Amino acid sequence: MSFLELAGIQKSFGPVQVVKDFDMTIEKGEFVSFLGPSGCGKTTILRMIAGFETPSAGTVVINGRNQNELKPNQRNIGMVFQAYALFPNMTVHDNVAFGLKIAGMEKSAVDARVKEMLGLIHLDHLADRYPYQMSGGQQQRVALARALAPKPQVLLLDEPLSALDAKIRVSLREEIRMIQQQLGITTVFVTHDQEEALSISDRIVVMNGGRADQIGTPFDIYNKPATRFVASFVGTLNLIEAKVVDPATNRIIIGDQEITLREPLGSIAKAGDKVSLALRPEAGSIAEGAKGDTALTGAVISSNFLGSVIRTRMKVGDAVISFDMFNAPGLMPPAVSEIATLRFTASDLLIIRE
Amino acid sequence: MKTQKIGAWLAIFFGASYFIVPLIATFEFSLRMRRGEYSFDAYRSVFSDVQFRESFSYSIVMAILTIIFGVLLVVPTAYWVRLRLPQMRPVVEFITLMPLVIPAIVIVFGYLRIYNSSSYIPFTGSARGTDALLMFSFMTLSLPYMYRSVDTAMRTIDVGTLTEAAQSLGASWPTIMFKCIFPNVMSGVLSGAFITFAIVIGEFTMPSLLNRPAFGPYLQLIGANRAYEPPALAVIAFAITWGCMVLLQLVSRFSKSAPSKP
Amino acid sequence: MSANRAIDLKKTAIDWLGITPFLLFAVMFLIAPTLYLVTGAFLNPAGEFTFENIGGLFTDKILASYWISIKISLASSIGGALIGFWLAWAVVLGGLPSWIRSSLLTFSGVASNFAGVPLAFAFLATLGRTGLVTMLLRDWFGINLYASGFNLLSFIGLTLTYMYFQIPLMVLIITPALDGLKKEWREAAEILGATNTQYWTKVALPILFPSILGTTLLLFANAFGAIATAYSLTGSTFNIVPIQLYAQIRGDVLHNPNLGYALALGMIVITGISNLIYIWLRMRAERWQK
Repeated sequence: MSFLELAGIQKSFGPVQVVKDFDMTIEKGEFVSFLGPSGCGKTTILRMIAGFETPSAGTVVINGRNQNELKPNQRNIGMVFQAYALFPNMTVHDNVAFGLKIAGMEKSAVDARVKEMLGLIHLDHLADRYPYQMSGGQQQRVALARALAPKPQVLLLDEPLSALDAKIRVSLREEIRMIQQQLGITTVFVTHDQEEALSISDRIVVMNGGRADQIGTPFDIYNKPATRFVASFVGTLNLIEAKVVDPATNRIIIGDQEITLREPLGSIAKAGDKVSLALRPEAGSIAEGAKGDTALTGAVISSNFLGSVIRTRMKVGDAVISFDMFNAPGLMPPAVSEIATLRFTASDLLIIRE
Repeated sequence: MKTQKIGAWLAIFFGASYFIVPLIATFEFSLRMRRGEYSFDAYRSVFSDVQFRESFSYSIVMAILTIIFGVLLVVPTAYWVRLRLPQMRPVVEFITLMPLVIPAIVIVFGYLRIYNSSSYIPFTGSARGTDALLMFSFMTLSLPYMYRSVDTAMRTIDVGTLTEAAQSLGASWPTIMFKCIFPNVMSGVLSGAFITFAIVIGEFTMPSLLNRPAFGPYLQLIGANRAYEPPALAVIAFAITWGCMVLLQLVSRFSKSAPSKP
Repeated sequence: MSANRAIDLKKTAIDWLGITPFLLFAVMFLIAPTLYLVTGAFLNPAGEFTFENIGGLFTDKILASYWISIKISLASSIGGALIGFWLAWAVVLGGLPSWIRSSLLTFSGVASNFAGVPLAFAFLATLGRTGLVTMLLRDWFGINLYASGFNLLSFIGLTLTYMYFQIPLMVLIITPALDGLKKEWREAAEILGATNTQYWTKVALPILFPSILGTTLLLFANAFGAIATAYSLTGSTFNIVPIQLYAQIRGDVLHNPNLGYALALGMIVITGISNLIYIWLRMRAERWQK
């Protein structure tokens, strides 16, 4: 029996259907991210779990209990908002204590719990500050402590990092993941940032137009994208148009260069069809002695030094392929218009089904 | 959610009746002059009254003068405080809010004592002098509104950069003031002007105690002596106030669509 | 070195010269008249210092006029604030169509400036002895307002009239404050288990409190100094302080000009106190504001 169950969820705002038939089960203690562009329905699903929106159809079940008839204040859920949403008229202590006082906890117990929570986020020394006296990162940590203080069954995080600076964003997401694992709390995280989702989730749901395109571990989502959308939204990806030469032998042609695919083509295409292929930029290399059973040759269009990697783009027929190589002091970036040969393993070249 | 909406509609219904019934009643009353039937006789009587025309035009002239002098006082001050004397801001703001705290009747009482005909500055010694004093008193009354709206408009433009840009192009101070600053705070000036206009037209206390033939004291006089003209005048006054506020809204809407930072 | 100093001095002088007209205006038409009255309140006609004038305020008639003024101002400001808040709440959070909001705000802009003599006329035409509402109540429902003790020229009548500009003023000032309540605060409170009532008493009202009280005090001062409406409703029969002062200025009815100054001082003190309370509240609220 899974802990959080979303069954046949639909949601329409007037004539617009935002969530179309969504099913998912989440285990206790799991960290699940909803990833997708704005308007894909991810926030709406989160708000239906919280109870701020009512599903047009389907049920939300937490720990075996149907939540549909429960109001948000009866669900015992913790939530962290994008814009912190700390109460400006209360100190840090009072903000964290809010849910405990509402629950009718005794004062001494409240104080002890608040102290514990502030210890968890390393902000014990700021207990008497007001929200406006703190940085965004500190405020968001307080918001996290406030959400966790009443020991909720589920923690919901609605883009909690997107208002923060890049550096704080990384350190806070690591902190969130650590606290989540320490408490073993079931967590649903909504974000549009693929790096965030990949780095802290147990599982990722990639949303597109109100549906889940793919649900899987970060490793699967990144390496085995199920759709063209997932492939292009998660990571930088080369999309290459190719023409099938012989489906029986998996021969295709890119520009004027014929290569062999690992994945079987036979069932999905016939000779002369066009197919879309995906190649991760880090999958290939033009260095001397690079490994790989497949090679494509083309002229270098540009070469950019990005610090730890060098991103090079080269032209093969009509297709432009980018690839990244790790920086090494002995390695010179290729020059523009130089002819280079990119080597990679044939199994890295994925066929994208629309 | 349901009860909330019912409460909201109830509030609006209650508010609307409280606000609209007196307007209907006033209009109805103003039509009652002819016995047994409704007519516009009261309005005819008002408009044919020489005193109405005289006091009304007197107040309009005063309002225009008040606006001109008020703008000439407030815009440069607000500009200068923002540009050169930010440390004086709290003081200036406090002064501009004083007329909201000190009742008008107290202020004019003070005027009558220190500017009487036997003082060093005998404003009330002559009719022209009293007119000037009355205008200054109107400026005082409208100061909080005028300063607020001009200062708000000035916040949306970067006064410092604008001035430096003009100076670097060789503009003189009068050019900066009238060619750069004024046009850019025009929306604030106009909204201040309309509120000033509404205040000056209806003001009773100041002109009454200074004995000048303005519209406010005239209204009071008619109210004490006639039956059907007062509601007609109230309708006219309401229409004037409404006109001022509609113009003010138009100006603020127009300036919102202008490409400037909020 | 000294040349630079001279330039600095000149610059400072120019800086101050820039607001001289304003300061001159403020001294001549705001500060000096007020100070004159305040000092005059402590002088006898011969120009000697005395508390006699202040003592002179403590007669039954003058105290009664202060009391009725304070009562009317309190009632109309608190009533105006409550109803105005209710209306503003309805248009901001009540889920009403947006045209109602814009109509209410436009109307409030007009009505808050529709004070003075014309307002008195409007209420006489409504609730006076031959006013429309009075007549309709009599003809349709058989209720005789004036026989049941109602009088427009009374505490109730004047309070009802003053609220016509007090309510819109409250609406205009409090609507932006209600707009400033973030949706997330309500959601955060709700998800932490708070009911609607708990959200309002523990979060929303404490946040709005300074604006609500500040506006109420502004409304109080507004009503306390108002004279035109009351004067044209009642002539000089209704003894609120501004009308007493008006009569005193016109004809020295107290037979002591310095007692008039004391009367004015009393008004300044009362509006001043209400402002001090406001400033104190603002400072308290600033603990959690930028």
